[in-house]
Amino acid sequence: MRELPRDPISIDVNEVLGEVLGDVRKSVTSLYSSLVTRQTGRAVRAAIEMQLVGAGKVSLSLIDFSEVAIIDFSCADEVVAKLLQQYLDEGPPDAFFVFRGVHEPHRDQIETVLRRQGLAAVVESHPGIFAVAGEHSDLEGHVWTVLEERGSVTEEEIEQLFPSSTDRDALTGLVVRGLAFRSHGSGRITALSRLVHHLL
Amino acid sequence: MERRGERTLLDARHLRWVDPDGMVGLLLAGSIAGREQSVLPRLGLPESADVTGYLARMGFFEAAHGVLDFEAPARRASGGRSDVLLEITSVASNADVHAVVDRVQGQAGMILSSKLGYPASAAVQFSVMLSELCQNIIEHAEAPGWVAAQSYNWAKRLGRFVVVISVMDMGRGFRGSLMEEHSARYGDRWGDATALEAAFLHGLTRFPDSGRGQGIQQIRRQVRKWDGAITIRSGTARIGQVPEWDDTPPLVDGLSPLPGSQISIVLPAMVRDPEVRGGA
Repeated sequence: MRELPRDPISIDVNEVLGEVLGDVRKSVTSLYSSLVTRQTGRAVRAAIEMQLVGAGKVSLSLIDFSEVAIIDFSCADEVVAKLLQQYLDEGPPDAFFVFRGVHEPHRDQIETVLRRQGLAAVVESHPGIFAVAGEHSDLEGHVWTVLEERGSVTEEEIEQLFPSSTDRDALTGLVVRGLAFRSHGSGRITALSRLVHHLL
Repeated sequence: MERRGERTLLDARHLRWVDPDGMVGLLLAGSIAGREQSVLPRLGLPESADVTGYLARMGFFEAAHGVLDFEAPARRASGGRSDVLLEITSVASNADVHAVVDRVQGQAGMILSSKLGYPASAAVQFSVMLSELCQNIIEHAEAPGWVAAQSYNWAKRLGRFVVVISVMDMGRGFRGSLMEEHSARYGDRWGDATALEAAFLHGLTRFPDSGRGQGIQQIRRQVRKWDGAITIRSGTARIGQVPEWDDTPPLVDGLSPLPGSQISIVLPAMVRDPEVRGGA
């Protein structure tokens, strides 16, 4: 039975980047935290995946970009799109992600790589404000917003809030795409932002 | 460029002005000539102290060390580089790209804002663009290259300040990079021009991964947003995305062969009064 992940993991990308870049940073005496190049992106993703290995059957991760000054398209593709893609490739997701600190300088790169792969992700666009980035329909956006405002909805509430079957299908789509979490026991659907709220 | 026996002479004595394309081009020419000969090509230094001083500020002589044979000019006391956007930087590894992005962040915001009137956020987009340009060398050329950027007042040509970015490599060129994966579908049409079209217009790469090939597409998009011009020359062809103010033809074939590739970008200052636009 799939219940809420007990201990969401918080991963500071800047820290991971520091570990990955070690020698590179020393050689360029870097003052900035630049998440650039495909090679660096691959290494950062591998380091994140290592942290997820022991996270349990169902995991939720807060990937924090707050301290990253620059992210380029290649790195965004590796760290965001490919990370999501590989967990979604295996059927209904058991790994959920919220990307924190996706502020204006990062937004275009992350939106672009997600759309290119037909993916979407829950991102914190401003402190405490969440949004769906990437490829999604207006209907998915609407349903996600209703869920985000309420925090979670029970099976009974779903019928009331979403009387239209297309709305309910869109809600199910959010779960399948890893944009919302459904408890197999209660059927309650919860916004991912609520599940990481205590980590913010 | 003239040949004297087995040694190439790059005669720059009468040079009166040089931009990043020229400087990086000298390094590329020297590297190619040196690769084919047993001695370094000789560089005849510009007689103009202004040009020599400018080359020094752009880091040309450090970059030319081991590529060209020349008598190092006397250092001038005022050798500060505060006006340089990005001095000539060798790009051969992942660390080099990080170094480029790191270096440019200090200067880009100030120069893009004060000279071109771009918003503060442009520094990030500019750095991202440089990162993708440099990665093109590492990922596709599989050979070293150089990048440089500087701002100029194109008073006569455009009536505005511009930033010029030049990236060159001595790798296998676009045709060489794409040949194995994509040449068959083009049949007899395959060549430098079709390879450039495939990469520049259609985003093709030699990698099957659908996440690849967006670097150049995103660079084009950003250059278009800033009303800039971008051209790529490789082999005997050159392709470009040119704005209204530029009369460069979008595709040219039959040029003298260029080993590797050359990417040139010109970003003009924002125009507040539309009537000032045009008229190079």
